[in-house]
Amino acid sequence: MLHTATIARSDLDRPRQTFDLAAQGLRALNEMLHQLRGQTNETAWEIVNTKGSHAIAVGVDAPIDIIVRGTTGYYCAGMNKQATIRVDGSAGPGVAENMMSGTVIVEGDASQYAGATGRGGLLVIKGNASSRCGISMKGIDIVVHGNIGHMSAFMAQSGNLVVLGDAGEALGDSLYEARLFVRGQVKSLGADCIEKEMRPEHYEVLETLLQRGEADATADPSQFRRYGSARKLYNFNIDNASSY
Amino acid sequence: MTEFLRTPPRFSATFSNDANAEIRRAAATGIYDIRGGGSKRKLPHFDDLLFLGASISRYPLEGYREKCSTDVWLGTRHAKKPIHLDIPVTIAGMSFGALSGPAKEALGRGATEAGTSTTTGDGGMTEEERGHSKTLVYQYLPSRYGMNPDDLRRADAIEIVVGQGAKPGGGGMLLGQKISDRVAEMRNLPKGIDQRSACRHPDWTGPDDLEIKILELREITDWEKPIYVKVGGARPYYDTALAVKAGADVVVVDGMQGGTAATQDVFIEHVGMPTLACIPQAVKALQDLGMHREVQLIVSGGIRSGADVAKALALGADAVAIGSAALVALGDNDPSLEEEYRKLGTTAGAYDDWHEGRDPAGITTQDPELYGRFDPILGGRRLRNYLKVMTLEAQTIARACGKSHLHNLEPEDLCALTIEAAAMAGVPLAGTNWIPGRTGM
Repeated sequence: MLHTATIARSDLDRPRQTFDLAAQGLRALNEMLHQLRGQTNETAWEIVNTKGSHAIAVGVDAPIDIIVRGTTGYYCAGMNKQATIRVDGSAGPGVAENMMSGTVIVEGDASQYAGATGRGGLLVIKGNASSRCGISMKGIDIVVHGNIGHMSAFMAQSGNLVVLGDAGEALGDSLYEARLFVRGQVKSLGADCIEKEMRPEHYEVLETLLQRGEADATADPSQFRRYGSARKLYNFNIDNASSY
Repeated sequence: MTEFLRTPPRFSATFSNDANAEIRRAAATGIYDIRGGGSKRKLPHFDDLLFLGASISRYPLEGYREKCSTDVWLGTRHAKKPIHLDIPVTIAGMSFGALSGPAKEALGRGATEAGTSTTTGDGGMTEEERGHSKTLVYQYLPSRYGMNPDDLRRADAIEIVVGQGAKPGGGGMLLGQKISDRVAEMRNLPKGIDQRSACRHPDWTGPDDLEIKILELREITDWEKPIYVKVGGARPYYDTALAVKAGADVVVVDGMQGGTAATQDVFIEHVGMPTLACIPQAVKALQDLGMHREVQLIVSGGIRSGADVAKALALGADAVAIGSAALVALGDNDPSLEEEYRKLGTTAGAYDDWHEGRDPAGITTQDPELYGRFDPILGGRRLRNYLKVMTLEAQTIARACGKSHLHNLEPEDLCALTIEAAAMAGVPLAGTNWIPGRTGM
């Protein structure tokens, strides 16, 4: 099921309220953002002087538009709901972890566990994503313009992971019903992960995701292969023990 | 006299009937034994400790007349809204999925009436539980089934589960037969498939990451909620110290008698340490850091009575948690169901195939016919009664030791019946001043 959130490219230059993280502190930032729940006319923000801080803009639950200027530490945009959060730099581990809805865009690279356990919304990484991208994803859509590291989509339950570059070792190990689309090379597939046929509905899903992920100008759905679960390990069987 | 010419039948202590039966079972089925509950083997436990009571040097308090308080604060280190409980006996984390909805409701009802907290489990927060629990602790588990920021905010505390006593270092498995439509929906997985709960968190590794994860959870909840860290009884000194270093408000240490919904028997019986051995190490870590009582310690694993509560508190815990005992109070393994247990090939008191979902008591099942038998109001009342009795028992002992609050109990009130218990608990062997590994003879 695709989500309707879109990236408002035209909104990038709109007037924004500025929050100086170095001057005002993390706790003040997140408390302020949490107070914006529901309808608010304070919809455009930029956060400056991030200096790699952890937990920037976590637990936001409002249809607001945030630009994070600079590089972030762990868990930026964690558990996001509704908001569009754009990181104008690279993101540390666990960006958009457990995201519920909304959109998170990382202009640079993302470290480990990007989009971990995400339940909804769209995560776009313009650069590369490190290991365990989309680990245990539960409904989120992730579009990575570059490569992803090893053990990505480990135990992924649902949602879509789109990779324009290559995938590292053990892609989709022990995954459930998530769909993985990779344009480049896959170093190896994990336990119970197999290549699957691209059917018309998959091209349709992919085309929409590439468009929403700002990748439609550089990639075409026909260039991708699909990977998913062989479903052989869904119920324990001693004869499959050597597969683990 | 030919009978003296033959060696009488002699059974091996090593290859006992139980050991041989398990070999035959493994050979016949090709799969290890999976079961619920905690360690069933004989272990050094609270039964091996005794209270000394008052004497000439200490005077007792009058039962029913002089006050012996039982309340406890949890989460006072960092949380804006710490928890205040009337009694130091809490309900441990047990999942909806492992337990039926009515059973979770009964836990909430009973705990609330007794003035204590309940805890969610793998699978998320249910309305039955939130609605009937005045104080609800929301577990943050490696699987993150059902995890969402709204439930984080409506919880009263957050418990980051690193491990549990039944299986330190292990994940979990909810077998397909218990995956109803509702359970499947809460966990974002197809109905009927085995659901693995991961053994590691997906987005952090090690104590430095844990510190950042705690920061994130505090920021999401505006620093309101106490944050617990739960560990299995493996290396309680270091785990407690690292949890404190990472910023925990409360450390929960679960010994190997602590139950699980389902895990391999070999894991339950051969990994982890007895609860008795865990408490002094966890307390020492807190004391060495100057954080005893500032970071609260909850102990679980094999707590059955007010005496167990009093002994755990005397060794330095701030509170205890019960799981298996709470299920027994609700009606698990009740002899009145013996006929039905027999049909399942077991007997009342030994039923532990909770993962199969055929619990005749309607507690560890998702079968509507079975859980329909369970009355959550009656179950809640039974749990309340049991919690009240445990509290009264602990107060009785505390008064006998001259304590006006359960937290005033101390190791000096205890002696041990066995050398093993004396060494583990760090109290003298009865009739001596000998604490093996510490003091003279």
